Amino acid sequence: MARPRRASACRPRREEKRLGVHLSGEATVDQSRRDFLFIATGAAAAVAAGATVWPLIDQMNPDASTLALSSTEIDLGAVPEGQILTVKWRGKPVFVRHRTKKEIEEAQNTPLNELRDPQSDAQRVKKPEWLIVIGVCTHLGCIPLGHQGKYDGWFCPCHGSVYDTSGRIRQGPAPANLEVPEYAFLSDSKVRIG
Amino acid sequence: MSGTSTYVPKSALGKWFESRLPIIGLVHSSFVAYPTPRNLNYLWTFGAILSFMLAAQIVTGVILAMHYVPQANLAFDSVEHIMRDVNYGWLLRYLHSNGASMFFFAVYAHIFRGIYYGSYKAPREVLWILGVIIYLLMMATAFMGYVLPWGQMSFWGATVITNLFSAIPLVGKSIATWLWGGYAVGDPTLNRFFSLHYLLPFMIAGVVVLHVWALHVVGQNNPDGVEVKNVARDTVAFTPYATLKDVFGLAVFLIVYAWFVFYIPNYLGDADNYIKANPLQTPARIVPEWYLLPFYAILRAIPNKLLGVIALFSAIALLAFLPWLDTSPVRSAKYRPVFRVFFWAFVAVCLGLGWLGSQEITDAYVLAARILAICYFAFFLVVLPLLGLLETTRPLPPSIADAVLARTKGGSANVAVGPAEKSAV
Ligand code: HEM
Ligand code: FES
Repeated sequence: MARPRRASACRPRREEKRLGVHLSGEATVDQSRRDFLFIATGAAAAVAAGATVWPLIDQMNPDASTLALSSTEIDLGAVPEGQILTVKWRGKPVFVRHRTKKEIEEAQNTPLNELRDPQSDAQRVKKPEWLIVIGVCTHLGCIPLGHQGKYDGWFCPCHGSVYDTSGRIRQGPAPANLEVPEYAFLSDSKVRIG
Repeated sequence: MSGTSTYVPKSALGKWFESRLPIIGLVHSSFVAYPTPRNLNYLWTFGAILSFMLAAQIVTGVILAMHYVPQANLAFDSVEHIMRDVNYGWLLRYLHSNGASMFFFAVYAHIFRGIYYGSYKAPREVLWILGVIIYLLMMATAFMGYVLPWGQMSFWGATVITNLFSAIPLVGKSIATWLWGGYAVGDPTLNRFFSLHYLLPFMIAGVVVLHVWALHVVGQNNPDGVEVKNVARDTVAFTPYATLKDVFGLAVFLIVYAWFVFYIPNYLGDADNYIKANPLQTPARIVPEWYLLPFYAILRAIPNKLLGVIALFSAIALLAFLPWLDTSPVRSAKYRPVFRVFFWAFVAVCLGLGWLGSQEITDAYVLAARILAICYFAFFLVVLPLLGLLETTRPLPPSIADAVLARTKGGSANVAVGPAEKSAV
């Protein structure tokens, strides 16, 4: 243990400086120096508290093993025209829809001003015959049913959202179009999602 | 938890202990000598029933947790294992799942009792708000418990409810991902829900202690809604009067509970929850447990995602503001003839919303749900504030004792004379 240091009579100036006070009779306090110390300590404590709490919160975010499962390859040869293939990607369904001529035309000929979340069909597909969307209703996450609803696209049984043949929201409570995942055609008959 | 204790330990050991930790005196003053209004009816027994149900859920839950496995591939089978293999497992699970329903039945009786008799009015605002907090924690606990058996309703209920948070602008999606621990409800979600489902009932127990403490500071309200003026005339001792009445109320309640457990254990559940969760197939119809249906109907009534979610949460949050929304100085509906009509209309609106929440959505039902949702909010935001200013109330009795004596036509001989009254003479 260090020997306790006392304000000694022989070095009054130094002691005054160290303690931030005047040791002479009137004992005034250096207020600005106190404020600085107070704020600096408080700020350091706040940073430390934040740094301590962050791991407790962030541990709930997707972990490394979940993030690792991030891409899937699909053979398109198995999907005849007019059919929808559902594959699982990141724990969610992805719809791979081989659209018919009529469905493509319906999707392309829809005026944008009729749409709640305006997007042209060309913005949503890479090849018109293949529509690839995440099969999760943008309302509260149910899986819409294919080839149902007024627009030949999808109908969500949970609260009645209706999507068209481009997966765009047309009716019901959902706010947005079915999401298009990141994907790339590896060849004419192979696509990689993610 | 009430003022000073009148408890005097008799034995030397009792004295020694009491002077070191006066817990027996605390219990004595809270649950034995505590003065309760002499006019309480059976609606006042739900507090004791609720305490019992919390204990029952904790006991059955901790035992279930000894056999349950919170892992997405195993959870469903482990619940079936409890049902088929574990000794009395079927009983424990049915007690726990029906216990949740009975718990909610009791809490609704308790809350509507509070509204009818104006129990939230000064000085009981904090007591009331603590109650609303308990109710919120109960809903969170029951929701997460319902996810644990990992059936189709568990999975899709969890999906719909956690997606409510995705309605929040900008950060909503990140919050949903954070809640899930993945890109959809899955194994990490099940694990954390189990952890929280285990924790929250103990937090409820903590808030219940505060609730009872607040109750014993301000005293109980009563069917006439007038404050106790003379302890000797207006009250009787908690034990034996309230204790025995509570025990009788609880016994009747337990008969109903047992009837559900032994004769119709799956009546309140959903058959879809006996199908293992399938993340690639949504059931044709998603319905929450009955106790959440009115709020679900409000959510579905609104054609906009964010507004629907806001309406759902404000429908619950409004309860906390009741003490200030109700402007009438008179507490009990007994003396508020117009309020009484609106109260029953409000009960009918809640039941109607509950029924609509369980139905498939058609245009007619959505319209009906919209009308009832407007009525629900109007009760809080229009009727209660205005009624306090416009309603002509009936004259209040000068005291609880006067109200009781008037009802028994002045025959004081018909009124039980408590020890407090005897000693006061
Ligand atoms: C506030 C008190 C509680 C409520 C309202 C409640 C509610 C529920 C509900 C509704 C279920 C689903 C039942 C089903 O359909 O199978 C459930 C399941 C479960 N709860 Fe609780 N619970 C409570 C306290 C507890 C406690 C303290 C534990 C202790 C760990 C616990 C452990 C479990 C377990 C392991 C399951 C899954 C087994 C099963 O599904 O039966 N619960 N709970
Ligand atoms: S989740 Fe699809 S409409 Fe609500």
